[in-house]
Amino acid sequence: MPTISKSPWMMHYDGSSCNGCDIEVLACLTPLYDIERFGVINTGDPRQADILLITGGVNYHNESVVKQIYEQMPTPKVVVAVGICACSGGVFKDCYNIKGGVDTTIPVDIYVPGCAARPESIIDGVLQAVELLARKQTEAESATAAEGEAQ
Amino acid sequence: MVYLLRVLCMLAFVVLAPFVGGLLSGLDRKLSARMQGRIGPHVLQPFYDLYKLLQKQILVVNRYQVMLLLSFLVMVVGTGALFFGGFDLLLVFFVLTTASMFFVLAATVTNSPYAELGAQRELIQMLSYEPMILLTAVGFFMANGSFKGVDAFTADLPAIVKLPGVFIGLVFVLTIKLRKSPFDLSTSHHAHQELVKGVTTEFSGALMGVVELAHLYETVFLLGLVSLFFISSAWWSIPLALAGALLVWFIEVLIDNTSARVKWNQMLSSAWIITAVLGGGNLLVLEIIRMLS
Ligand code: SF4
Repeated sequence: MPTISKSPWMMHYDGSSCNGCDIEVLACLTPLYDIERFGVINTGDPRQADILLITGGVNYHNESVVKQIYEQMPTPKVVVAVGICACSGGVFKDCYNIKGGVDTTIPVDIYVPGCAARPESIIDGVLQAVELLARKQTEAESATAAEGEAQ
Repeated sequence: MVYLLRVLCMLAFVVLAPFVGGLLSGLDRKLSARMQGRIGPHVLQPFYDLYKLLQKQILVVNRYQVMLLLSFLVMVVGTGALFFGGFDLLLVFFVLTTASMFFVLAATVTNSPYAELGAQRELIQMLSYEPMILLTAVGFFMANGSFKGVDAFTADLPAIVKLPGVFIGLVFVLTIKLRKSPFDLSTSHHAHQELVKGVTTEFSGALMGVVELAHLYETVFLLGLVSLFFISSAWWSIPLALAGALLVWFIEVLIDNTSARVKWNQMLSSAWIITAVLGGGNLLVLEIIRMLS
């Protein structure tokens, strides 16, 4: 049974967001939306995170940071891009310093559109990420099982 | 007969403590959520977390990490087993200190700046609570005439009657040991953190699982220590001890939810002042009474 879906720990990184989406992500933790009821913990540590949630696009300055955070996370992991800036660059797309959406730097699994993305849609995105995590874990397990049989 | 019972208590601790600790931790999160007006996670959430962590990929930063963390776990389990076996309290506390040292070492070998800063704070935390823990052992000696936990069961009166100051002092430093606000400086379960994850920053997957498991054992041991204050030769002291430990646990959750983190020097000075005034004062009064009678 995939165990990860009951305990998805999330890490939030602010790329080049205008802070609008960040506030909405934090709103998910408040009593009104309470994302912790799904077992989600907002951790600050990539080593312990299962979901990487990025708001805002990637710029040339933090490109390496985004890559490093992604690499520091143990597998299975899922990336959620929150807000239209994180999805495609949004209103900042043509800025001289903006590289584009998060998928220009690391593979993104779930796109949550909106400017700013509503807490409801962020929670929806996170829950889809949880399903995907469970699928990735099962796939990894069956892959190792198949490997074991082949040997 | 007594020996058999002591061995059974030790075994019961080793087997049951993770379940009791996990349930308490789940209730803690639920209660905290309710205090904040939230629904909160499932009561069994700590078990889900632990199960997931133990299955997740480990990214080993330094290979000594694994050995040190496993030693930490063994030492913590040993502390609790010795305590519930009714052994010498001084021995119990020295094993506990050794466990903390392994934990700090496991963080420092990673060379991560966050883990190192967290480890330094952990050392300051140890500096803050150690004097009170030692005074507790001395207090039990003065109250029951023996350092052995098992001798509390032959005392006429619960130790808290003679040691109210030591008890309050211990509850105060328990906040540090249980990693609760306002003294969760080295690492915290909450989202409000400024050191990434402090001392546990570099522990991933099953390594973090080991830390969490040790924390469950530690919680049960510490609450056991609290309940020892209520034990006497009377049968009703046992339900009283359970109720006392639960009340202290509730107070700790309440403090956790109603206070903000303090700076390390405030923690150190307040812990030492409480230790000197309440702990030291209590022992002084006991000694004076003994000399007069
Ligand atoms: S999507 Fe809108 S609210 Fe979100 S970071 Fe971009 S501009 Fe700000």
